Amino acid sequence: MSAAREEILARIRSALQDVPAGERAGDVTVAREYRTSDDRGADELVELLCERLIDYHAQVRQVAAGEVGRAVAEACRELGLARVVVPPELAADWRPGAGEGPEVVEDRGLSAAELDAIDGAVTGCAAAIAETGTLVLDGQGPSGRRAITLVPDHHICVVSEDQVLGLVPEAIAGTASSVRERGLPVTLISGPSASSDIELERLEGVHGPRHLLVLIAR
Amino acid sequence: MTDAARHPTFPQAARAALADTQLRHNLGHATHTIRAKRAEVVAEVPDWEQLREAGRALKERVLRHIDDYLLELEGAVQAAGGVVHWARDARECNQIVGDIVAAHGANEVVKSKSLTTEETKLNEALDRRGIRAWETDLAQLIIQLGDDTPSHILVPAIHKNRAQIRELFLSKLDDVPSDLSDDPHELAEIARRHLRKLFLNTPVGISGVNFAIAETGTVSVVESEGNGRMCTTLPEVLISVMGIEKIVPTWQDLEVYMQLLPRSSTAERMNPYSSLWTGVTEGDGPREFHLVLIDNGRTDVLADEIGRQALNCIRCSACLNVCPVYERTGGHAYGSTYPGPIGAILTPLLSGLEEAGSLPYASSLCGACYEVCPVKINIPQVLVHLRHKEVKHSTAAGGLRGRLAGEHLAMRAMARVFADRRLYEAAQRSGRLAQWPLVRGGKIERLPGPLSGWSSMRDLPPLPRQSFRDWWRQRT
Amino acid sequence: MTGGAPRRASLFITCFNDTMFPQTGQAVVRLLERLGVEVDFPLEQTCCGQMHFNTGYADETVALVHRFVRAFADSEVVVSPSASCVGMVRDYYPRVAEVSGDPGLAREVETIRPRVLELTELLIDRLGSDDVGAFFPHRVTYHPTCHSLRMLHVGDRPLRLLRAVRGLELVELPEATQCCGFGGTFAVKNADTSIAMLSDKIRTILDTGAEVCASADNSCLMHIGGALSRQRAGVRTMHIAEILAQTEGSP
Repeated sequence: MSAAREEILARIRSALQDVPAGERAGDVTVAREYRTSDDRGADELVELLCERLIDYHAQVRQVAAGEVGRAVAEACRELGLARVVVPPELAADWRPGAGEGPEVVEDRGLSAAELDAIDGAVTGCAAAIAETGTLVLDGQGPSGRRAITLVPDHHICVVSEDQVLGLVPEAIAGTASSVRERGLPVTLISGPSASSDIELERLEGVHGPRHLLVLIAR
Repeated sequence: MTDAARHPTFPQAARAALADTQLRHNLGHATHTIRAKRAEVVAEVPDWEQLREAGRALKERVLRHIDDYLLELEGAVQAAGGVVHWARDARECNQIVGDIVAAHGANEVVKSKSLTTEETKLNEALDRRGIRAWETDLAQLIIQLGDDTPSHILVPAIHKNRAQIRELFLSKLDDVPSDLSDDPHELAEIARRHLRKLFLNTPVGISGVNFAIAETGTVSVVESEGNGRMCTTLPEVLISVMGIEKIVPTWQDLEVYMQLLPRSSTAERMNPYSSLWTGVTEGDGPREFHLVLIDNGRTDVLADEIGRQALNCIRCSACLNVCPVYERTGGHAYGSTYPGPIGAILTPLLSGLEEAGSLPYASSLCGACYEVCPVKINIPQVLVHLRHKEVKHSTAAGGLRGRLAGEHLAMRAMARVFADRRLYEAAQRSGRLAQWPLVRGGKIERLPGPLSGWSSMRDLPPLPRQSFRDWWRQRT
Repeated sequence: MTGGAPRRASLFITCFNDTMFPQTGQAVVRLLERLGVEVDFPLEQTCCGQMHFNTGYADETVALVHRFVRAFADSEVVVSPSASCVGMVRDYYPRVAEVSGDPGLAREVETIRPRVLELTELLIDRLGSDDVGAFFPHRVTYHPTCHSLRMLHVGDRPLRLLRAVRGLELVELPEATQCCGFGGTFAVKNADTSIAMLSDKIRTILDTGAEVCASADNSCLMHIGGALSRQRAGVRTMHIAEILAQTEGSP
């Protein structure tokens, strides 16, 4: 294996004879003239996020910050979810209250088979990107482990207003320390699962949750 | 035996493909639809050209220093608990992957789509070791069940229609109701049920890699269906195979490619799922992560200063979708893992002109591909460059290339004529004389020999009695 | 593209126009003289080498590049009725100079490149007007060639010129930006695919109901016109220069 490594590196060096010996990677100019920040106001961003999420067939509701728990419970009732999984660090007032709806199971390392028997996941997120209608989960806190937003058929994701960013570069910047310092897994979710593999007709829900509901807490 | 002896040249393969009306119909519809959607979704982005330029420049930076970046990536992946393997060629890659699978006593793996593993023919190699690799991408599953090969980078089963897919599922999968219709939604449901069992129970997953961040050791899979997430999250052991060129320098640089790729490929603002993981995370995802770095000819591409830009490719397939040749011939006519405009340059560079010498000519040089390439690969420039290499190559091979020798002689003779005014004017005059047996009723309807390809569908006007320069001389 | 109207322009006719479509060159001369531009024709010109270069015979193109830069060495402005040939000179001559390894040739190429203009570029950018005083009372559709569109980026210059022609009914060509399938030697080396592409281009042209299909490149027109002729379609092709050269007095 290390023979392969040395040989590949040697081939590379011989292939790059036109690159001057003193040149460093940073010497290759990269013009960054694209947008990296967004000055749209919160209301505009929330509106845009809703529009974009709906465009890709997620469901969206705006709720008052204090009403999230109730909205989650209501949604679970509407969707017929009897058991939902939540990250242990999901805020108490974002969970459906006891007796109000589904059985709430905290994720303390549920297996894939156990998750398969669960109807939906309720999570928060690290950020949302308005321009693309994207949720950013970072594998910690309210985002939860990756498997819980993958195996159950429903995902209810709560986004608080101040988490809504305008552009992709902003979200990448926002997750940088989680990745650099803690090596956390980041998942970008934009709508429920889809495929265009049969005659290019867009099909929803092949694998992964077939239903995504986003609650925006204001 | 090289592939050249096994598969036809592009013109030969194209002739057969052009007559396949089902393919023409499916592909024409598909490419025109996606083409329009892409244009629409790109038009929304006010800084698209700036993103393209950054996408190109970042790749230039990576390629010029790829050895340093690979070492940085290796260090970062290892620090995050992953294992890095290096493979010089397809055989070595397949060996490494097979060994890891066998070491875990597994005889089944779930696979998310990876063109690189198509390139190395990994599934066949695993099969020979008694390991069944289940393709989980819907189109790849369709291809696998039909013992077929992909014809498009993004929608590999585009050449199949719903009725054909229904037939496949009925004959090759278990527990399929006999009254299954050909409604795509029902077909997708069958695939979902079949694959879900596998996802939840298979201990080893194999994936490709869209981008690998050197700075952090982060590896990513960008997808729509969720099977990528399934393969990279649920199994205990994950093996990801990546071509060495897939490197992006820093985490922040993802901001460019995560905008360029979705809009260029599926024509969406963002694709449904992108997974970005770094090594192993305790309690979340696989316990063991292996990254296989593969060369398999990429260092040859790197060595070609003009061809090197082909390694910018982020496999979006935008070029396929706008190519007037690809839309009519489909991917199989290119006889390689990578079809379309990118295939026409990458395949000869990876595999050599002996195998793929006809591919650089499979283009009218219309330039539509370059216009849409998110990382600004100047495909027409590389095509012409490869044609130059092909001419030199086949000239050096001398008498072995009998067919091409005629063209060499004719082109060299014409160049000599054009290089000398008197010879040129003499040729004009003798052309006018020589054509008279071919002119009927003021038209030339039949041309001899290799030029008959022209006259099979086109008339030619006869050479006029007076050339422009004759007229000019007369008036002055 | 700097500078105002040139007093004089050297015509770069191109080998196939010289030999097969002299009427296009005659039209360019008539048109430019009418607009007050004196035209000269350096007889030493032959071929820009595009066919050779694009087919992979880069080494053979070197002599042709030498010939071109010498032939037009004294020209302030070089004008050509062929976008593809202008594209060859402006975009690819530097590469041929590189192949030749001759720094002198590279310098000569750099000097000549900015002086070479495609006809519609000269008319719109340097002579400054859409209206060249033409009269052509026919239904016309315009096919934008790939080189003019994607290499030279001539944009809507040809359409602006055609719109200003008195009596001319301009019909938009559907899917106009689709390649016609000529591609030089592609039409012969990949004849089947070329014909498939051409079939769709012919169909869209016939759908417009136009009597004339115009373009800024006779190479594409030879290919398109060849099929229209074979099909006895009753539609003819004309280079845009020939339309613009027509006035009320002289059809």
